[in-house]
Amino acid sequence: MSVASSDVNFSDEQMLGFYRDMLRIRRIEERIGDDAKAGNIPGAVHLYIGQEAVGVGFCSQLTDDDWIASTHRGHGHFLAKGGDSKLLMAEIYGRETGMCKGHGGSMHVADFSKGIIGANGIVGAGISIITGAAWAAQMDGKGAVGIAFFGDGAANQGVMCEALNVAVLWKLPVIFVCENNGFSEFSPSSTVTAGNIVDRAKPYGAAHEAVDGNDLIAVHQCAARAIKHARAGNGPSLIEARTYRLRGHVEAEVSFLGSKYRSDEEVAEWIARDPIPAFAKRVIDAGQASQADLDRIEAEIAAEVTEAVLFAEGSPYPDPATQGTNYMFA
Amino acid sequence: MAKKRMIQAINEALDGEMARDPKVVVFGEDVEISLFGDTRGLKDKHGAHRVRNMPISETVMSGMAVGAAAAGYKVVCHMMFGNFMYTGFDSIANQASKLRYMTAGQIALPIVYMGVFGGGRSAAAQHSDAMHPMIMNLGGIKVALPATPADAMGLLRSAIHDPNPVMFLQAAGRGGEQGEVPEGDHVIELGKASTVQEGDDVTVVAIGAMVRPAMRAAQELARAGIGVDLIDPRTVVPLDSEMILDSVRKTGRLVVVDEARDMCSAASHIAAICADQCFDALKAPIRRVTVPDVALPYSPPLEKALLPNVASISKAVRRLLGKAAEEGA
Repeated sequence: MSVASSDVNFSDEQMLGFYRDMLRIRRIEERIGDDAKAGNIPGAVHLYIGQEAVGVGFCSQLTDDDWIASTHRGHGHFLAKGGDSKLLMAEIYGRETGMCKGHGGSMHVADFSKGIIGANGIVGAGISIITGAAWAAQMDGKGAVGIAFFGDGAANQGVMCEALNVAVLWKLPVIFVCENNGFSEFSPSSTVTAGNIVDRAKPYGAAHEAVDGNDLIAVHQCAARAIKHARAGNGPSLIEARTYRLRGHVEAEVSFLGSKYRSDEEVAEWIARDPIPAFAKRVIDAGQASQADLDRIEAEIAAEVTEAVLFAEGSPYPDPATQGTNYMFA
Repeated sequence: MAKKRMIQAINEALDGEMARDPKVVVFGEDVEISLFGDTRGLKDKHGAHRVRNMPISETVMSGMAVGAAAAGYKVVCHMMFGNFMYTGFDSIANQASKLRYMTAGQIALPIVYMGVFGGGRSAAAQHSDAMHPMIMNLGGIKVALPATPADAMGLLRSAIHDPNPVMFLQAAGRGGEQGEVPEGDHVIELGKASTVQEGDDVTVVAIGAMVRPAMRAAQELARAGIGVDLIDPRTVVPLDSEMILDSVRKTGRLVVVDEARDMCSAASHIAAICADQCFDALKAPIRRVTVPDVALPYSPPLEKALLPNVASISKAVRRLLGKAAEEGA
């Protein structure tokens, strides 16, 4: 069977693939969160939990030739674009075997061989970088696209306007994907963001679309339109995917915040709209998979998580006698 | 050899590199018409897709350079005035300077950020900074400051070839200065200083636009029997500290001339290196001739009084040699 939507049919295999990709991010990040709380991870970690449908919806339609730029909340994009979980985990653990040999950490995981320009510690920085990568893709003329994932907080950086302007003028194959997760760090969006973010494309004449970021199928279809638009040389799109950050801005926040910035009721409401159980129900209700299929995927991912953590824990730290000053100029 | 203007040498370096390597692209504000003349004519020769005017949007521009370089291009990003880099500083300071390091050298990041720098033209405080010291302190970005047309050509070619971001700072208002430029693919390795003239009494290190007044001062001092070993570092990252140290070990005296504000200037860094590594050779304190820690003013006499010049360089040298009184300085 397949799920029929306006213009896409997804096979059982595809649907299970989406489920697997989302659940893989979820379980790896849950482990990262646990390890951070246990003190096994040296730096800050910002989790993507609750937003997985956005990264998977877009990245499942990209190849290694397409570029993505991500954020401080970037593990999900790294994994969705094909990043290796062992290399990710070892990097977050600060080990020599990490993706960046322990030089970058959680906020800087990158794998250029897979088109992952990387997570970024500066809010909004990926917007300009991806605009440049999209310019490169345009010059290459092979139909590659660039996608910047960023939050609603980043949408308030001035670079958003600058990038939309030049991307429209140059008809760049770029998609600006704003994952509106409700919070700019610890400030609710309503207190820092005027109007609708998606509407900010209008004065520039950029294609734009708002989508339910917790609905993988909706995101996938929206992404397909934007990617097709970009590959065809029709220029940029601004997508606002409405979602919710189920975890804190940073895992350690409970240890230093003196008060709450959101209600338990609000969090509960969004837990009820968690994209992954909703997708599981959809797949089962449509008869595209059995609970046993989902359980099998769960077990496979559990094994991957264990393997990644064992790899990280078993890896040495980089040796300060030989590393630490190597890569500034290479 | 042929006599060329500084701006012509830069233009020919860009033209030559664009012709040699289709991955070299130039973009920035008004690069098509070219305010300074350094990018003039490139669009007609190399195509509109490789020479692109940008909106006045330094924030996205400096970051686009990072993205395009990460995606395989050799990017010349023309920021026009060096001061405008501050508007786009995140992508220079947080991205370009750190991306190779943070990702353990996964990629090359060949970017040349170009701009003019320095004072002397009544351009006032927001168009006259010498910003090389703050770039030096970033790490991860090389900094070239050519003082002659030949060096401009050779350093720019090397900067474009380099897999790292390079800040190429041309002394503002000096584009018309002429000099002999070697024929062919003239390249100067980044990190190699040049000895402008040799002398035994005092080492003068002069940076960028300061080389010319330092040469005049050296000529004047020669008439008074003072031999100046004049060194132009040409790049301050990497810094050819060996050549400077060798010279100071020979002369025992050091004057550093830098158009930057004194605090944490290139001059103070060079002074620190020499104090650290050849203290025993020093016969006198190290002197810095720099700009006081103020913004540069507009009015010509005010600006002139603050910038290093032939007289202030000569005076610093004479004082070092204990000849201040007899020379009436």
